[in-house]
Amino acid sequence: MRFLGYTLADPSTPIPPPDPEMFAKMGAFVEEATKAGILLATGGLTPPEEATRVRYTDGQFTVLDGPFSEAKELIGGWALMECRDKAEAIEWTKRFLTIAGEGESTIRQVY
Amino acid sequence: MTGSQTHAAIEAVIRLESARLIAGLARYAGDIGLAEELAQDAVVAALEQWPAEGVPRNPGAWLMTVAKRRAVDQFRRNRELERKYAEIGRALEAEEDDGTAAFDRAVADDIDDDLLRLIFTACHPVLSVQARVALTLRMVGGLTTAEIARAYVVPEPTIAQRIVRAKKTLASARVPFETPDSQERPARLSSVLEVIYLIFNEGYAATAGDDWMRPALCQEAVRLGRVLAQLAPDDPEVHGLVALMEIQASRIQARTGPSGEPILLLDQDRARWDQLLINRGLAALARAEELGGTRGPYGLQAAIAACHARAFRPEETDWPRITALYSVLADVMPSPIVELNRAVAISMAFGPQAGLDLVDQLAAEPSLQDYHLLPSVRGDLLMKLGRPAEAQAEFQRASSLTRNARERELSAERARSASAQPAAPG
Repeated sequence: MRFLGYTLADPSTPIPPPDPEMFAKMGAFVEEATKAGILLATGGLTPPEEATRVRYTDGQFTVLDGPFSEAKELIGGWALMECRDKAEAIEWTKRFLTIAGEGESTIRQVY
Repeated sequence: MTGSQTHAAIEAVIRLESARLIAGLARYAGDIGLAEELAQDAVVAALEQWPAEGVPRNPGAWLMTVAKRRAVDQFRRNRELERKYAEIGRALEAEEDDGTAAFDRAVADDIDDDLLRLIFTACHPVLSVQARVALTLRMVGGLTTAEIARAYVVPEPTIAQRIVRAKKTLASARVPFETPDSQERPARLSSVLEVIYLIFNEGYAATAGDDWMRPALCQEAVRLGRVLAQLAPDDPEVHGLVALMEIQASRIQARTGPSGEPILLLDQDRARWDQLLINRGLAALARAEELGGTRGPYGLQAAIAACHARAFRPEETDWPRITALYSVLADVMPSPIVELNRAVAISMAFGPQAGLDLVDQLAAEPSLQDYHLLPSVRGDLLMKLGRPAEAQAEFQRASSLTRNARERELSAERARSASAQPAAPG
């Protein structure tokens, strides 16, 4: 089973400055997940201000630059995991959050 | 959290920690059978305590500490088993009391080495192939005995016995808990790769409607391959095997039709091939080639699979390259089945008569007498040469030889099509 994990956050909450110790721990964690053979792909996301939206209505395209007024925005990073079941994906996500800090990650099964 | 959610969460944690726990304990115990028993004791304790207390912050360290305490207790209590536990007891009593610190050090420095030792030991050639498979799935994969039994459609006690006997064989043969030296390594690695690929094929052979454990076996084999590739990154055949499995796995969705009937490679809907897995497979193949592994059997089979994977349509398949690869494979891993596959490739590259000439040379091959794909291939080539009556006979023979109901029906269908065809003129 495959799961996409991603983090949503309130864009008005200031993002804390990058923490070198956290980065090191995150690097070790990515290595651990890769070594366990479950991490298919992972990466970070550029900030919401740099997002661009493409809309298609009435046969017309509209291209909008961020930031957008959302209650929650996709931030931080994403991961594509291949796990035996959802419980396993949840456990990996908990380990991720332990390092990333308090917040909320969503897991969705993908196919 | 609901009760069942908590239980699933606990099981997931235990499964994640299982292999490293056994590997770490084996370093103290010197015997993977004993390590697994100690690990089981710790798991039982976890299943008793965690539902009420919650999963601990560092579950791996918790399990290791409990397992080690049990070993020391056993050593103190069982004088008859003193010889068995002497080594462990002495080693542990000399350890610091703080199991967590010791575990963290192990995690930092040696746990990868221990995991590799565990893999090599579970796949030791002194064990039968069946035993190696069961031991690997249990100790390295973390599958329960019940899950293994279900995947192989045998009773659970059969698997349990197989594992017990395997542990006894390792103990009485005094198989050391270590990675093989450079002289032994190629043969020992070959044994490991054989086990992983066997597990993969057991799952790959499943068709739609089979137990869900079969595709899970496939996924587990690919995962074990990925784990091994991280632990032994300099062995080209490891990357070759991973490449082969990732690419074969990419076709799982396309291999069976709506009624569960098997679909041949050249007839598959390639839009259903998983491009993510294909890319991973091609990347692994590139690593194998970088490491100079162009003549290993898994690397060669992966290179052949890659030729198919790169073709968006069957007509774009690089058959001359596949033919050349099969020639090298026939040299490196001679077998009548490789020759048969080479004949198919030759027929695609140079025409059906060229393929038939090679197939006819294989007709008397003893090991192929009951192999349904021989008449199946011959029938296919005869159809292309406009000889449908002979083709029909071959497909009927293929149908009678296969034990797989869906393949039997596929061959019978091809026989019916052949009987409806007129012969080619001249």
